[in-house]
Amino acid sequence: MAESIPTQPSDPHADDHHHEEQSFVSKYLLSTDHKVIGMQYMFTGMAMALIGGFMAYAFRMQLAFPGVEVPLWGVVTPANYTALVTNHGAIMIFWVAMPVLIAAFGNYLIPLMVGCDDMVFPKINRLSYQIFLLSAIVLISSYFVDGGGFGGAWTTYPPLSAKAEYNLTPMGASIFIGAVGLEFVAFLLGGINFITTAMNARAPGMKLYDIPMVIWMIVIASILFMVSVGPLLAGAIMLLFDQQLGTAFYDPNRGGDPVLWQHLFWFFGHPEVYVVLLPAIGITAEIITVFSRKKLFAYRTVLNTAIGTGVLSFCVWAHHQFISGIDPRMAHVFTLTTLLISIPIAEMMFVYIATLYGGAIRLATPMLWALAFIFEFLIGGVTGIFLGASGADIYLHDTYFVLAHFHYTFFPIAIIGTFAGVTYWFPKMFGKMMSDRLGKIHFWGTIIPFNFIFIPLFFLGAGGQHRRIYDFQNFPALAGEGMQDLRILATTSLLVMLGFQLVFFYNFITSLMKGKAAGKNPWKANTLEWTAESPPPHGNWKELPTVYRGPYEYSVPGREKDYWPQDEPN
Amino acid sequence: MRPIATTRSAAGMPTGLLAVWWIVASEIVIFGGLLGAYIMYRLSHDAWAGHAANTNTLIGTTNTLVLLTSSLFAVLAHQAAEKGDGKKAARFLMYTMAGAVAFLCIKGYEWNYEISHGMTITTNTFWSFYYTAAGIHGAHVIAGAIIMGIVAKDAAKGLELQRVELIGIYWHFVDIVWIFLFPLLYIAK
Repeated sequence: MAESIPTQPSDPHADDHHHEEQSFVSKYLLSTDHKVIGMQYMFTGMAMALIGGFMAYAFRMQLAFPGVEVPLWGVVTPANYTALVTNHGAIMIFWVAMPVLIAAFGNYLIPLMVGCDDMVFPKINRLSYQIFLLSAIVLISSYFVDGGGFGGAWTTYPPLSAKAEYNLTPMGASIFIGAVGLEFVAFLLGGINFITTAMNARAPGMKLYDIPMVIWMIVIASILFMVSVGPLLAGAIMLLFDQQLGTAFYDPNRGGDPVLWQHLFWFFGHPEVYVVLLPAIGITAEIITVFSRKKLFAYRTVLNTAIGTGVLSFCVWAHHQFISGIDPRMAHVFTLTTLLISIPIAEMMFVYIATLYGGAIRLATPMLWALAFIFEFLIGGVTGIFLGASGADIYLHDTYFVLAHFHYTFFPIAIIGTFAGVTYWFPKMFGKMMSDRLGKIHFWGTIIPFNFIFIPLFFLGAGGQHRRIYDFQNFPALAGEGMQDLRILATTSLLVMLGFQLVFFYNFITSLMKGKAAGKNPWKANTLEWTAESPPPHGNWKELPTVYRGPYEYSVPGREKDYWPQDEPN
Repeated sequence: MRPIATTRSAAGMPTGLLAVWWIVASEIVIFGGLLGAYIMYRLSHDAWAGHAANTNTLIGTTNTLVLLTSSLFAVLAHQAAEKGDGKKAARFLMYTMAGAVAFLCIKGYEWNYEISHGMTITTNTFWSFYYTAAGIHGAHVIAGAIIMGIVAKDAAKGLELQRVELIGIYWHFVDIVWIFLFPLLYIAK
């Protein structure tokens, strides 16, 4: 078709293109508008999710069919394999879960839900995204340098990570640390914006307990990140010096201590779990109240348990180090704190179930995702009890049981939480409704295979299968028919799940182009973002709203409508 | 154009002030992790007292006085800014920056002497910490001085005077970090 269009003389197209690109750049790439920056984070996060998912596909193929020529990748070599699992983990946490759950939703929602026109520091906000984008590019570039990408696991333990003679990736290891460091800087800058905006830029009348739960959760998560990441930043500089200058901070042969890194890493690493968990819990709170038309059962309890979880999360890190030679008496202490942290989380789950109880539940796509979050995360939480208890952990440490456990926490957080949020706020972001039918197909096509991937891995882990092993055929005890069948089941399920993501992208694009117009408030929700146009213009409202009540006044007796927007005087 | 959000203060504190305190909080944990690691190593390695004996206490003391004096000028700059005297505030900020430059020059002389006498970042883990901690601190001195220059330039024209206080808070923080580094690296032998 394109060829049949008569071409203009003297090719004015180039000029046009240039002009168009200019405006595109200033509008979408250099914008300081919080909504545009939120979208940038979301689309970058989704692109990174595709890369991370592709990596999972490549190394799962190797595990199920050792030595096979993997379509689109080729034969996975041992060096490939370690680099793939390392970068899969790092990408999914630092370049997917964090940018989408905290930065994309935080940027998009905080000004809209607290009722102001932008973030308090729009330029710092833009800088934050630019550094984030740079960090993603730096990370990917590590695949193209001498020696290839770093393969010493996302936890980067020395001495493996500190010495090129051990990890064989002289450049890759340092680039990996540089990329993670840049990402941390991006989120420190973003976090300052999130916290100060939510604290200071609230609409007149919005008291602390009128703030929607998702905003509270993003703020608490940002504070947790800010307080936990510092020691690791210092530790990363030390590791970089070990790699590049030949210092010996972590070298036991020259007076250093590799366990120091483990402390610095997990002092950040465990709060980090809650950094990404809390926003997902907040998104769930918004959705289940709207789709069961009920008030959040115990607003202050959820808030207090989130703060309690945050404080406790700083006292549990050594449960990752039960077999690193720590004092068994300390192991008892960390077992206790770790098991304690399940109390506030369980409390939140009970509150959510109590919110659902007796509600007028509508199983639209966002609600399905929110319910799946509660259900699947519960499995992740319960299996964590085994690992938090130091006795059981000595056996299960570094097996696929651990791997399946944290995928049952991170998948609900990063993938289910994201889909819940995207399907719920899509009408606000783009002014169009997504197809509910396609949304449900995608939902079931993701959730069912997800369980078929990871439940077999629990069994493999309990059967003694260790993590980060290239080819189990080299271990007679693990090469048996029954175990290999479970690996093939997991890989096949992964292929099915990845295939169903095409439904999401198809739905996303077709809804964007010809979806039904959404109007301001398609879900009949109370929070402020639904009083703006869909999509909201620059500055969000012509006149900034005033707040009169809390965010969850649904089905209030004696009122005609079953919802009561926060900005309606009465 | 500044968004309306920036001018609000629902928490009862100017937004810039709030942000600077959060920045300081996130910086405290960076140095907290570094110095915590140093102290743990130090306690388990008696030999480090001998290495630490080679640091030059006189130079360390001089630098402490230089930094403390520069902080005094930051306070005077804040005082002038409160009274609305941008020119005077800018002048005091220049004195603070001069303190930063003096600090870095003295540091440069000290490091040059030590490196030329065989005490480098790879000599042993004490010296690794010595150069890493003081180096990260020095980077903060440089960053603070640059930002101070930008603030002083505006302040001289009577613009954005509230920033004089903000950079002052940051500068005091940089100062306090040194107050921790000085005894740990120079005095405890």
